[in-house]
Order: sequence, then C-alpha cells, then structure tokens
Amino acid sequence: MHGLAFFLFLIIVALTLIITYYASKRTKTTSEFYTADSSLTGWQNGLAIAGDYMSAASFLGIAGMIALTGFDGFFYSIGFLVAYLVVLYIVAEPLRNLGKYTMADMIAARFDNKKVRGVAALNTIAISIFYMIAQLVGAGGLIKLLLGLDYVYSVLIVGILMTVYVVFGGMTATSWVQIVKAVLLMVGTFIISIIVFAKFDFSIAKMFHEVKTATPLGEAFLNPGNKFKDPLDTISLNLALVLGTAGLPHILIRFFTVKDAPTARKSVVYATWIIGIFYVLTIFLGFGAAAFVGYDKIVAANPAGNMAAPLLAEALGGDFLFAFISAVAFATILAVVAGLVLSAASAFAHDFYSHILRRGQATEKEQMLAARWASVGVSVLSILLALFAQKMNVAFLVSLAFAVAASANLPTIVFTIFWRRFNTTGAITGMLVGLISALVLVFFSPNVWSPQPGAAIFVGEPLFKLANPGIISIPLGFIGAIVGTLVSSKKADEKKYTEIVVKANTGIGRV
Amino acid sequence: MAVKKESWADQGGINYEAIAQSASFCELIQAKKRFIIPATIFFFVFYFALPVLTSYSKALNAPAIGPVSWAWLFAFAQFIMTWALCILYSKRAAQFDAIVEQVKREAQEGGNA
Repeated sequence: MHGLAFFLFLIIVALTLIITYYASKRTKTTSEFYTADSSLTGWQNGLAIAGDYMSAASFLGIAGMIALTGFDGFFYSIGFLVAYLVVLYIVAEPLRNLGKYTMADMIAARFDNKKVRGVAALNTIAISIFYMIAQLVGAGGLIKLLLGLDYVYSVLIVGILMTVYVVFGGMTATSWVQIVKAVLLMVGTFIISIIVFAKFDFSIAKMFHEVKTATPLGEAFLNPGNKFKDPLDTISLNLALVLGTAGLPHILIRFFTVKDAPTARKSVVYATWIIGIFYVLTIFLGFGAAAFVGYDKIVAANPAGNMAAPLLAEALGGDFLFAFISAVAFATILAVVAGLVLSAASAFAHDFYSHILRRGQATEKEQMLAARWASVGVSVLSILLALFAQKMNVAFLVSLAFAVAASANLPTIVFTIFWRRFNTTGAITGMLVGLISALVLVFFSPNVWSPQPGAAIFVGEPLFKLANPGIISIPLGFIGAIVGTLVSSKKADEKKYTEIVVKANTGIGRV
Repeated sequence: MAVKKESWADQGGINYEAIAQSASFCELIQAKKRFIIPATIFFFVFYFALPVLTSYSKALNAPAIGPVSWAWLFAFAQFIMTWALCILYSKRAAQFDAIVEQVKREAQEGGNA
C-alpha cells in the first residue's frame, strides 16, 4: 500500500464529489442532466472532449505498447488523433444542428421512426458498455496494483463513484470531472516528458540512439512491424481507429453541451490541439519507460505493459511522482466511465423510455427520474459484467467498441446528412449489419479463439484471421445501408431531406 | 448568431424548400464542398499511406535525420497534417459562418432571391 498514492486518490475523490455537489444543485431539468443546458464554452468543451477521449487505454495502454513494441504502439496515437479530422469535417456541426440529447435524435430528425431510433439507441448502449467494461477492468487492475485493494473492491469503488457523479451531477458534473482530469493528465504527462527529455540532454538523436540499446528488440525497436505483422490486420486496425471516433456515442453527446455549431467546431479544434500534444508526448512516455524502467520490469508488473507510465514516474521522480501519476490514472478512468454511463443512460431514458415507450408523453419529472434510474441500471450492469470480465483483454474490448462504432454508427450518420435517397430501411439495415458483422467477426477472431490454451477465451483455430474486423465490417455497414435503401419500396422523403440539409448546414429551425 | 427561436415561430413555419434554393444557401454548400471533399480525400490518402508503406515495404526504415527514420518523420508529419488541416478549416469556417448569417437574414426577411 502506497500511503502517498492513497492520500492523492482521496484528494481526487473529494474534489470530484465537491464538483458533483455543486453540479447537483444546477441539475433539475433533463436538458441540464443530458447536456449541462448546452452552456459550456468551446474551450471548456474542448478540454472535456479531451478528458473523455484520453482514456486508460491511451494513457496506460499506448505508453506501455510503445515501451514494449516501439514504433507500432505509436500507430494508435496517430489514428486516435487523425480521427478528429473526420469528426471536425463531417460529423460535429451537423450533429449539433440536428440533435438535442443523443445520437439517435440526429437520425430521428430525418426519419421519425421508432425502429430507427431504437436501433440507434441499441448501438449506443452496446458500444458504451463494451468500452465501459474495458475501462472498469483496467481500473480494477490498476487500483489493485497501486493500493493493494482486491479487484472486486477496486471495481466497486470506481463503479459507485461514477454512478454518484452521473446520477446527482448529470452532464455538468461529468464535464467538470473530465476537465479537471484533462488538466491533471496533461500536467503529469508534460512533467514526465520533460524529465525524460532532459535525461537525453534534450536531443532527439541521443534519445533514438540510446533507446535501441535499452530494449531487447534493439535496432528493430525503432522500426514498424514488431507488433503488427499482418498487413491486412494493420490496415484494418487503422481503418477502425480513424473512423471509429466519429461514431463513439460518449464523444458525440459532447457536442450537445455547447450552444451552437460554431462552438461545437471550436471545441473540436481545441480538443485536437490538446489530444495531439498528448499523443506526441506518448513517445517520451514509451521511450522513457523502455530506457529507464526496462522491458523485464514493465512486463513483470503487467504483461500488457499497462504499468509502464506509473513505473516510469517512480523511476524518474520517486514516490511523489509515482503517487501523482497513479492518481492521475485513477482520475482518467473515473472521468471516462462517467461519460460512458451518461451516454448509455441517455440512450435508455431519452430514446427508449421517453420516445418509444411513452411516445414523447412523459412529463419532465418522469423523464428526469427515468434518466437517473437508467444511470443506476447501466452502472450496475457494467459493474457486474466487469466483475466477470476480470481476465479479459482490455485492448480487445476497446478495439471492438471502435470497430462497432465505425461499422454501425458512421455509415448511417454520413448517409443521413449526405444522401438524398437514403431511407428508413437503409438506416436500420446499415446499423444492424454494421453491429452484427463486427460482433460476429470478433467472435470468430483470434481475440476469442486461440490454439494455445489461456491465450484467448476459447481454445481452437480462429475462423476469421484478423484481430480487427474493421476492414470487412465497415464496408459491410456502408453496403448494408445502400442495399437496404435500394431494395426497399419506400420512397425517400425528398422534402424532409431538403429540410435536414438546411438545418444541418445552418442551424435554422433547431429545437 | 443571436437568432431567437421565437422569431422563427412568429413566421408560422419555415420554408426550407425556398431556403434550399436560395443563391446564398447554394453558395454555402458549394463553398463547403470545395473545401471538405478534397481535404478529406487528401487526409485519408496521407493517413493510409503510412500503414500501407510500413506493411508492404521497408523503404521507410531508412534513416532520414541521424537515427530518426523516415517512418518516424512520416508519423510526425501526420500530426502536422492534422493541425494544419484544423487551422485551415477554422479559417474557411469563418467564411461559412458569414454565409450562414446571410442565409438566416434572407430567410427571416422572407426574400430568398
């Protein structure tokens, strides 16, 4: 048990609970609960997007992957960042102009159809829960390592805290927890990077020279191909990374927290700068860990390399820096899971309960109650799943979430805004084909099947050879939407499409 | 920006058809397409060039500056590309916003020519 780390954990818990207390006083209506009353500035929302996005997979996962496999780990940094161009150019502004609380609102703005809304909500819930299990499993492992707490207690602590933020503080508390976390994470990463760079005399050439001798890979550390050997798998992963972000529900709902499309755009630009700087710094984290912690020690602490960043902090700055970085990692997980609970809960309460079950007839009070109960339900479900998923590979769940987001959500979002002929059948088939194909391909992939006992969930030869389904499931999502539209006898509502194009591009008539 | 919701309600429905056919709205869509389509094609090609080159050839493993190989330089270039396209889009979007304001003004005045 690290006393100092424990103390800093408590400070973060206290700080976030204070935020939640003040936010709860301002959370009386559904608009405040789901979107903080759209009152965030571009800069605040930019930080919150960054806070939502730089998950444990980014901070702990990428640092570890670069430390262990060199260049290949950096592929994730690049893909996660370039994805923001898709968000900025194609998705953010129309989404803000067409939607109110959830991603399904946007598609329902064009197709006022219960089935469309239901399937869109189903996708949101599926993606959020996969992502959340990954974060909770990561959190359990991390807290176990840092504080010596049992896995079950660790998951319960994080689970209860995230439920409290969302149920009482809604989007206001969630946003501010993300903003605080983003600042802490940037400060921590920056401090470590500066120390690492100083140790190499502020010379990139020296850093590249010395890191080669420090790792078992030697010269190969600096070259691509250590982790990703199959070209198709590499491209498949890159496809899911670059297209997945624009379909991630917890990122998409962040555009409803600002007042209009120009502010949504500004927040993406701010987020892109912050996230970009962070991902550049992952090189220093990874190289630093490889050189100053060493391969054997990183693998001994966690075979996937997840402890590389905290161990590097310990090697460079002793107990205090270790405690600080561990607390930052804890805050990171809290912020991301709170965002995920909110995205899944709003899909349940707003889309399923208010729109489908109650046909828009529920009173404000009933909707608020539903939103809070949905948050509790989502939290309990994901905590239970996380307890069962203890042994599962975290990276696999995150890549599954990205692949489903890119295959199931993105084609329908794009066609809703850009394709005149697109109709309800196309929207439903596109979303279902994307979701099901991604899930089925992953089920038959090497993530789930391995001839080696213990390497995956089942023992056996995988029927589908690629670890990432994106290269098949993303085109299938698009094809499903196109085929569904063309074979359906339904005519597209041209007038409705004209209305959507005007709304999406100008914000005229937005509710 | 400060278009009140009430002002739209006052008009008793919005004629989207008319707005969509107005010259300023067509100008907005054209201006957006002229920027977004080529820029999107460019960044997809630039982005996928890296994994394709590293998967199918060893060309990028050659040293570029000291011990830093072309693969790393190309990787850094992806960051520069992303930021540059962000800045470019922000600049263009200021023009889009100006046209949007004009579209809104015209729509409120009821004149769509």
